[in-house]
Amino acid sequence: MSNGPEQLQPPAPPRPPGNSVPATANESAALERTWRDPPGLYGFFAAINHKTISKRFMLATFGFFLAGGLIALLMRLQLARPLNGMVGPDLYNQLFSMHGTTMMFLFAVPVMQAVAVYLVPLMVGAKTVAFPRMNAYAYWVFLFGGLMLYGAFLLNIGPDAGWFSYPPLAGPEYGPGKRVDFWAQMITFTELSALLEAIVIITTVFKMRAPGMTLNRIPLFVWALLVTQFMVLFAMPAVMLGSTGLIMDRLIGTHFYNPAQNGDVLLWQHLFWFFGHPEVYLIFVPGLGFLSAIIPTFARRPMFGYTAMVLALISTGFLSFGLWVHHMFATNLPELGKSFFTAVSMLIAIPSAVQIFCWLATLGTGRLNFRTPLLFVLAFFFILVLGGLTGLMLASVPLDLQVHDTYFVVAHLHYVLIGGAVFPLVGAVYYWYPKFTGRMMDERLGRWQFWLFFIGFNVTFFPMHLLGMWGMPRRIYTYTQEMGWTSLNLLATVGAAVIGASVLLFIVNLWRSRTHGAPAPADPWGGGTLEWAIASPPPAGNFDAIPVVYGRDPVWEAHERDRSAPAGVSGLAVDAREQLITTVLDARPDHRYVFPEPSIWPFLAAVATTVLFIASIFTPWAVVWGAVPVATAVTIWFWPRRGETARHLSLEQSP
Amino acid sequence: MMDILSPAGPQAAHIRELWHVTVLLCTLVFAGVLSVLAYVLWKRPRAGEADTPDLAARGAPEAGPRRRVSAAVAASVLGLLFLIVASVVTDRALAHLSLKDALHVEVTANQWWWEARYDDPQASRVFTTANELHIPVGRPVIFTLRSNDVIHSLWVPQLAGKKDLIPGRTATLHVRADQAGSYRGQCAEFCGFQHAFMAFTVVAKPPAEYEAWAEHQRQPAAESGDARAVRGRELFLGTSCVMCHAVQGTSASARRGPDLTHLASRETLAAGTLPNKPDALKQWIRNPQQFKPGVNMPATNLPDSDLDALVAWLGSLQ
Repeated sequence: MSNGPEQLQPPAPPRPPGNSVPATANESAALERTWRDPPGLYGFFAAINHKTISKRFMLATFGFFLAGGLIALLMRLQLARPLNGMVGPDLYNQLFSMHGTTMMFLFAVPVMQAVAVYLVPLMVGAKTVAFPRMNAYAYWVFLFGGLMLYGAFLLNIGPDAGWFSYPPLAGPEYGPGKRVDFWAQMITFTELSALLEAIVIITTVFKMRAPGMTLNRIPLFVWALLVTQFMVLFAMPAVMLGSTGLIMDRLIGTHFYNPAQNGDVLLWQHLFWFFGHPEVYLIFVPGLGFLSAIIPTFARRPMFGYTAMVLALISTGFLSFGLWVHHMFATNLPELGKSFFTAVSMLIAIPSAVQIFCWLATLGTGRLNFRTPLLFVLAFFFILVLGGLTGLMLASVPLDLQVHDTYFVVAHLHYVLIGGAVFPLVGAVYYWYPKFTGRMMDERLGRWQFWLFFIGFNVTFFPMHLLGMWGMPRRIYTYTQEMGWTSLNLLATVGAAVIGASVLLFIVNLWRSRTHGAPAPADPWGGGTLEWAIASPPPAGNFDAIPVVYGRDPVWEAHERDRSAPAGVSGLAVDAREQLITTVLDARPDHRYVFPEPSIWPFLAAVATTVLFIASIFTPWAVVWGAVPVATAVTIWFWPRRGETARHLSLEQSP
Repeated sequence: MMDILSPAGPQAAHIRELWHVTVLLCTLVFAGVLSVLAYVLWKRPRAGEADTPDLAARGAPEAGPRRRVSAAVAASVLGLLFLIVASVVTDRALAHLSLKDALHVEVTANQWWWEARYDDPQASRVFTTANELHIPVGRPVIFTLRSNDVIHSLWVPQLAGKKDLIPGRTATLHVRADQAGSYRGQCAEFCGFQHAFMAFTVVAKPPAEYEAWAEHQRQPAAESGDARAVRGRELFLGTSCVMCHAVQGTSASARRGPDLTHLASRETLAAGTLPNKPDALKQWIRNPQQFKPGVNMPATNLPDSDLDALVAWLGSLQ
């Protein structure tokens, strides 16, 4: 080969020296300039910093949570007395469909990803998430999908076939109009967003960990989120496939779910629950991660049984795909097959039990610091354990046949989801709020909120167990006095009001603490993971020097480190978004990678995608012409810029 | 009224036994976990966030906690295996209900009412009724379950667990009532506007009484010769009623709505929505939407006197 072309190139200028360890003030300032989002209105739409996107994402999911909660209060008011005329069946069906859809698709799953997008890079010692522009795109798509659903609801075209949309009730014949189409398209929006976020988080964890953070040193919270994202990858395609079939049945006359044309309505149930049951664990497993982050800090010791905890998380992820049929025990599927699903549904309790015992062992050998985050976590042991035990009852075919589709299930699922995810999540907000904002939340308000929430929750949902045993089916808009359900329903409504009060306190606390909270130090709780090693709130590029990790609790272990070993990575550019990429298993430094600059095109691409999705509710041809703006926006988004390329080349060094 | 813990037949009784065993075991586990937690919270020393964390546990394996955690996990596994076996044993017991000399009833669900067709080898002995199923005490019943529109679920808590009625599929449910009585059933799968009012009654009665009832059902409607009732009959057969309803012994034979042949002998109207009283029936015919918004039966603008006549005739259909 000729070496001619090399001779033609001018000699590369020497690479600038990059950051030192620890970074000097000048380097820190330069890094801040490099990594922050541009100012102004343009900057608002072009922002791609993972902390900016995550905060917006969390706020959006919290907004949807409040909307779903208000809807729940309306339903509780309607059910407070028999033959109440406040809400008719048409609106009530929309209310419970919106409540379930909101809480599952617009709150519980995305909020966990939103939190992960903030915390995972901090915990693994990275300056950003992988694919930051895609991360922004995923957020915008999610937001637009949620707003579309609420827009439709306010225009009285909200979904009314339940959050599960069983055909034929959701099919073209029994669900005329556009209501179910909006529901099905909301699935497309949120699942697209969830899949993209899963890719972002998995790549961040696998390729961007600080050197030395081998797989067996990853914080348990990050493990939980990693397992969750893999579950997203395998679960979401099933429901996207299913809902696409539903849209096609409704829009262009296919017959996937039409028994009159040899379609099968149970096909939908299989596809939906193959996603729907893992979905419960998509919500619950991050909750486990919060516990594993919070308990060690407030027990002042590392987690007991790290390996067992990781294996338990992974086996939960696997097993959660093997029990979807327990939602279909009342159908005419073969009885012997159902027994298999009974067994798996019961066995998934084992990994949860392992984790519960490990937490108890951690608490039982630690010294306890009773702060608000720990209180919320302790509620888990009461609420989730109770919900898990009723889950065992629902796993048994004969018992399920009695209480399936009754208020017993309503009680069970709220014990599991609120106890397993929402209580830990609120604890996590108290725990990480100082990191997010640089201010502490108020402890006294926090305790009030906790007790109101805990008592209100049990007053609302415990009576529902009995209502189910007394024959009250789910999804009924009213009942008669003779049924004997009146007093417990009234009690549940009172409890719901108490929960409402506790959420109000939470909002007040979040709002006031932003400006009035005590300033938070870098490590207000004495935590051991890497996010506590940097300022609160973190600088735009997180770590001025990427840390080198020598154990599972780097902050706690910092003092025992061999002084001759490096504390951080030096030499990464301070004027470009450069990040160290490491190997998957051992987190050995592999190469440097320059991340893209902020861009408005992810936002514009999300707008174009929204136009395509919403228009295709009304005409299948939108899939064709709507693809043009999407393709254009994405092409411009990825089009190489001359200046950027030149700068990347200047940072390259031949090995 | 619909308590799963007051069974009236062997199927629901088997489930109740399993229920008690499971609840007992779960309560023990719940109490155990909470006691350990309470003990730990009470006993363990306190610390603040500034206290140095205890890192001693990293190097040496913690033998004590490890033993206790392993024992607890082993106990959980045993408990779960026990529950699986108990569940499968109950399942077997449910499947082994003797079906000797069983009564066959085909139940078809509709938005929002139930049709029951009592089968018989002799075609002339087959009869159809709606929203009220009478069965003989002590004799097994095989329900064949179908749906005409969307998915419904048949549930009589005091007799058995529920079973879905799925369009395009046929399911069966085996029950036996051992105590005479009237048991409320209800659709348990969300099926649209009036899922809340899609109830029915199963009346279990001694075999002789059941046979008498069935024989009566096989007869055409017993009509009153009263002048007002005759006028009501004309109205029924001359207006849109006949588009949907059937009354054996008359020319009305449509199947879209409930069979009304022996309407007057039933306890309730409109799938458990209203008591079967003349006044309620009149209000119902005048405007069904008032009681069951979204129901497929339209309101009527018949004058009051015509309504009275119609109700008089329907009320005579014993």
